[in-house]
Order: sequence, then structure tokens, then C-alpha cells
Amino acid sequence: MAITVPRPNLNWRERMYLPAIVAGLAITIKHFKNMLFGRTRVTMQYPEEKWDASLPDYYRGAPALVRDEDGRVRCVACQLCEFICPPRAIKIIPGEIPSTNRFAKVEKYPEEFDIDMIRCIFCGMCEEVCPEQAIYLRKDYAITGFTRADMVHHKEKLLEIGGVMHGVVLKWNEKK
Amino acid sequence: MAYFIVTSLLKIVGILFLVILPMVSYSVYAERRVSAFIQDRRGPNRVGPAGLFQPIADIFKLLLKEDFTPRTVNTFYYWLAPCLAMMPAIITIAVVPFGSTLFGVPMVIADINVGILYVFAIASLGVYGIVLAGWASNSKYPFLGGVRSSSQMISYELSLGLAVIPIFLLVGSLRLTSVVRYQIEHGWFIAPFIGDWMNPWKWLLAIPMLISFVVFAIAIFAETNRLPFDLPEAEQELAGGYNTEYSSMKFALFFLGEYAAMITGSAIIVTLFFGGWHLPLPSWHGGFHWVFVDGNAPGWRGVIGGLFNIATFFTKVAVLIFMFMWVRWTLPRFRYDQLMRLGWLFFFEIALVNIFIAAGILAFIRP
Repeated sequence: MAITVPRPNLNWRERMYLPAIVAGLAITIKHFKNMLFGRTRVTMQYPEEKWDASLPDYYRGAPALVRDEDGRVRCVACQLCEFICPPRAIKIIPGEIPSTNRFAKVEKYPEEFDIDMIRCIFCGMCEEVCPEQAIYLRKDYAITGFTRADMVHHKEKLLEIGGVMHGVVLKWNEKK
Repeated sequence: MAYFIVTSLLKIVGILFLVILPMVSYSVYAERRVSAFIQDRRGPNRVGPAGLFQPIADIFKLLLKEDFTPRTVNTFYYWLAPCLAMMPAIITIAVVPFGSTLFGVPMVIADINVGILYVFAIASLGVYGIVLAGWASNSKYPFLGGVRSSSQMISYELSLGLAVIPIFLLVGSLRLTSVVRYQIEHGWFIAPFIGDWMNPWKWLLAIPMLISFVVFAIAIFAETNRLPFDLPEAEQELAGGYNTEYSSMKFALFFLGEYAAMITGSAIIVTLFFGGWHLPLPSWHGGFHWVFVDGNAPGWRGVIGGLFNIATFFTKVAVLIFMFMWVRWTLPRFRYDQLMRLGWLFFFEIALVNIFIAAGILAFIRP
């Protein structure tokens, strides 16, 4: 069905087109001037200015492993995070803690703990599922690398990001 | 004779490589900054202080890109077109006086007595580059761009030519240096504040000059394919228009040719309407009067004066280039029928009537 679009009736001033042009030029030069004299708020200049300070506590950045106050890696290699991880970014090879060790009662530790940051979707399921509270999502968001291999965070890297977490779960302490 | 050849070569090399080409690449940078500022952005600010080395990075990028020639193109014309797009814009500057004198050498490359005719003749060659690019690319969008460009140029060339006639009615010579000389004695055509500025007839004459200026400036917009008349490129409808099939330095020649044409157009507007290189300085020694500066004074004062004139000219050009950019980032593109209507039904008539107004005023006064 054909629709006739109604055209507005312009008066002579509007038809002349010039006042509209002048008004438009005035608006753009106003924006130019405000920007020139720094009166316009513009977007954050990223590499120089960062929003790290204003990140909320619940921010989900890169996942990381933490140590407890004794310096033990909290992870007990139960592999729950590996199973829950939706994109299957986590790979754990468990190892046994020798009986002579102070933490022998803990039984297992991760020999290798890799998170492929190309796969990771920052969903936080690993943090939620972890019974030991050993894996946390930290505030690192700029994860870069030149190769795919660079983008895999190994255990050392994960521990470096994670650092030490003090007394949240201490259920192994009495058995040490 | 040898002296003439050497000074001419020096002027050509100096003006082309020290002024025009840097100005072209920096007007690209300026365009990006101005557009960013108008749109509340920052624009390129990474390379060097405030992004000032951006043009150098751009040039390296364009030189190092693959120069790809599609298999279906007409190779000879495909290669010829970018040169034809850049060349007219640059050689037009030859007749424009960009300064008074420096060490006794007049600061114009070729002071020929057909000045403005030469400008029109060469400037209209610019359309060949675009039409050939559109045709030789053997692709539909470039072809549409080329066709649009040729009809647009023809429509606006008329008002371009007619708009300047009042000036030459007044000056009586087509030589651009005499246009500037006339304005030094009688005041700029837009604002005749020098000479006997109390004469009301001169200010009456400034009215047709102002109309001339508006028509001429708008026609220059259309000639240089700038928004609001950039139908040959029209990224949104033609995928880039005539330069769609070009890459690397050949694309850069089209791109920079547009800016070179803009600089040349501004230079001609400055020469015709804003007194060229002339800028009188106010002085209050023994009553208010204007001090005229040029390169004829003896010794270092002449050199300073000559350099001051050159700087004045290019400052005026830069202001006009800013105006071009300002308009570009304000107005939307015209529809094709609006463009034709505007060219044939308004500017052509206005320019024509304007000639009679100017001639009528001139019949009553003897300037």
C-alpha cells in the first residue's frame, strides 16, 4: 500500500536554508571551543588513566590461586573447578604430598594448574565451586600475550596474581 | 636568464616541498583533530606531542602497504588517474602570489597575464582524474562516482567563473598580482577599510563582492568534492566512490589531492577576496594610520617584511581551511537533485545578477 508521506510546509525563512546553516555552524563551533578549552568531559585516556581504583569488590577479572598464611598453595587438586569450568579452560594435574611433609594430611596438591586465558570467560564458577576457597577472580583485566602459549597462565603466574589470602577457611589447621 | 631560472626553481622547490606538501599532510591531521573536537573526541594524540607526528606515520603506512592492481582494470588509465587527481591542484598554485618580494625576487612562481583563466583551466582538469579513475576501475560504484563528479563539476564551474567577474570588472586585469596590488591600494574586496574608506560607494560595492565571495566559496566546495558536495565519494552510498578500487600510495594520491585542491582553492579565495599576502599593521605614531609592510625595504627589514607577507598569506589560507573543515563537520550531504537544483537554479542566477549589480554600481563611481 502506498503511503503518502506528509511534507511540512516551510515558510520562506526555512526555505532559504541559510539560518539553519548558521545555527548549525554555531553549534559545532561551540563544541570545538569547549573541547579546545578543556570544558568538555571526554572518555578516559586509557593507558595513562586507569579505572583500577574504582573497580568494585565483586569485579570478576583474571582467576588466580592463593596461598594461605603458611605459604601453602591452598588448592588441594580436587578438580571441581576443572569439571565445572564451562569453556574448559582449566587443566589440573594432581600430585601427592609426601608423608614426611608438614601438610601430609592434606594429601594432594596441584602439580600443574593451567588456566587458558583465551578460553576463560570470567564467569567465576571456579571461585564459587571451590571447597577450599583456593581460587579467586582478581581485578586483573588486561591479559595480553604475543602467542597462544603466552596466554596460558601456569601455576606460578596464577599464584603471583593471587598472592596470600589470610584466614578464610582454616579447616586443615587442627590436623597439621 | 640564468638568474630567473635559478630563482624560479628555488621558488618551486621551496613552495612545493617546504610549504604545500607539509601543509597537505598536516591538513589531514588538522581535519582529524578538528572533526574530533567538534564531535567531543580527542582525535589522534599518540604519535609525538599531541599527535603531531601522525602524518609521518600515515605516510609510512601508505608507502608500505601493498599496491594492488585488480585484474579487470584498464591498467594505463588506472595508473594515470591518481596522478591527474593530484597534479592540477598543485600546479594551480604557480600563479598565486604568496608573498611580496624576498631579496628582490617576486614571490610568485609564474606571474602570467591570464592568471585567473589559467586557474580555471587547470582546476577543471581535476575532474579527469576522478572520471578516469571511475572508468578505468571497471567497477560499478567507482563508475557512479566518476559520473556524478563530472556532472557536478560542470554545474559548478559556471558559477565559479561568473562569480569572479565583478572583481575583474573592478581591477581590469586578469593578472593575480595586480588583483593583490589593487586591494593594497583600495582595500580588500570583502572589507575595503584602506584608502578612502569613508567613501560610501566603496562599501556599496562590497555588497556584490560579498555575494561573489559566498558563491565562489560554495563553488570551490563543490569543485574540491568537499562535504556538503562530496557526492563522488559518498562513502555511505558508493562504498568510497571513485577511489574504491585503489590501494596504497595511489589511494593516498587521491586522498591528498583532495586536500591539495582545498589548499589551492583557499589560496585563490584569499588572493581574490582577502587581499592576498597583504596585512596592514595599525600605527598610532602621529595619528592613526596603516603601516604597509613588504619586502622592498633595504637590508634585513626587507627580509623580515617579505617573510611576514608569506606568513600572512599562509595564515589566511589556514583560517580558510579551518572554515572548510568546520563546514564539513556541520552540514549533511546534499541529495543529488538538490545539488543540481542549487547549482543551476540558484548559484548560476545569483552570480549572473551579481555581475549586473556590480556593473551598475561601477557605472556611477570611478574607483
